[in-house]
Amino acid sequence: MKGYWDIFSKGLVLENPIFVLALSLCPALAVTTSVVNALTMGLTVTFVISMNNLIVSIVRNWVNPKVRVPIYITSIATIVTVAELLLQAFAPLLYKQLGIYLSLVVVFAIILARAEVFASKNRPFPSFIDGFGMGCGFTLAMLIVGVIRELFGNGTILGYTVLGSWYPPALIFIMAPGAFILIGYLVGAWNIWSARIEKAKGERGETI
Amino acid sequence: MSEYLLLFMGAVVINNFVLTRFLGLCIFFGVSKNYDASAGMGMAVTAVITLSSIFAWLAYNYILLPLNVTFLTTIVFVLLIASFVQLLEMAVKKYTPNLHKMWGIYLLLIATNCVVLGVPLINVESGFNLAKSVVNAFGSGVGFALAIVLMASCREKLRLANVPKSLDGLGVAFIIAGCLALSFLGFSGMIK
Repeated sequence: MKGYWDIFSKGLVLENPIFVLALSLCPALAVTTSVVNALTMGLTVTFVISMNNLIVSIVRNWVNPKVRVPIYITSIATIVTVAELLLQAFAPLLYKQLGIYLSLVVVFAIILARAEVFASKNRPFPSFIDGFGMGCGFTLAMLIVGVIRELFGNGTILGYTVLGSWYPPALIFIMAPGAFILIGYLVGAWNIWSARIEKAKGERGETI
Repeated sequence: MSEYLLLFMGAVVINNFVLTRFLGLCIFFGVSKNYDASAGMGMAVTAVITLSSIFAWLAYNYILLPLNVTFLTTIVFVLLIASFVQLLEMAVKKYTPNLHKMWGIYLLLIATNCVVLGVPLINVESGFNLAKSVVNAFGSGVGFALAIVLMASCREKLRLANVPKSLDGLGVAFIIAGCLALSFLGFSGMIK
């Protein structure tokens, strides 16, 4: 059981897709203007990446290595289309707000990278866990950015007013430059945090 | 004519793909470490976007729309662009080996990339005709090249600076991108 926990948890901090691997950055900046958008995007990506890992892992023995990338891309594109249609049917407003970035989930490097690095070499269940962990790490990062941007840029969280009328919203957080600068500092914070975790592990004598 | 000029300028500076629409960030941060590589990348992206947006437009208007299967747009565009880039890479390798040495490697990097997929999708969404699609795509490519070259110049200077250890690399790159975005914000409102 511990093995599965390790597979799951490495996506959360030490190999966090956004802050550490710096993959799939576009959505982290584009749709994190509000918490709802960030959460929807995070869950969509979690769904796509775990389903894709599962499928890639199931077919891994029949796929000729020479054509593996086009096959992975087709698989990802199919799952993304399913997710798109589901969102369009059940949450049309969110679908509209996420707009083009939803289709662009297809080309997220993190999804293809997990298929290539992990799912094509491992059994279906661990692959699913790996995808799920990476998706959760992605969602976590999206939520952190989304909460900060919505709180300081608009004074609200999930649409509820948190900071009262005494707080003049700092619009810069909602706009593009604020997103870049905020993520810059978050990456710095993440580096400090994961250095501490690794140090603590080293002191306990565990291998990293 | 002025309509096309405005569209072009809008795509280059106002709706700059990297700095206001956040597309293509992976290569923007990945390849902007030195100036030559970023210039090569900028040119490769411009060429690929312009050409692939033509194919995407034709596929959308002559295949997807008549058959009423627009829900397949994403899949078709991704496969179309990825295979087109592969073919382009082979052709460049065969006919102009020098050019291939210069930016062949970047071609493969952008086979599946948000900026290359994003432009055709935006063209379709805005209902552009073929000429407008090409102008918009070319402008977006130029905008991308401009942003990545500016970024690379900043990062080359940065090597001499004393950056805190935790921010070194990606962190400070983001903060610079933020400053660039701030200056590009000045262009918004230039064209109504």
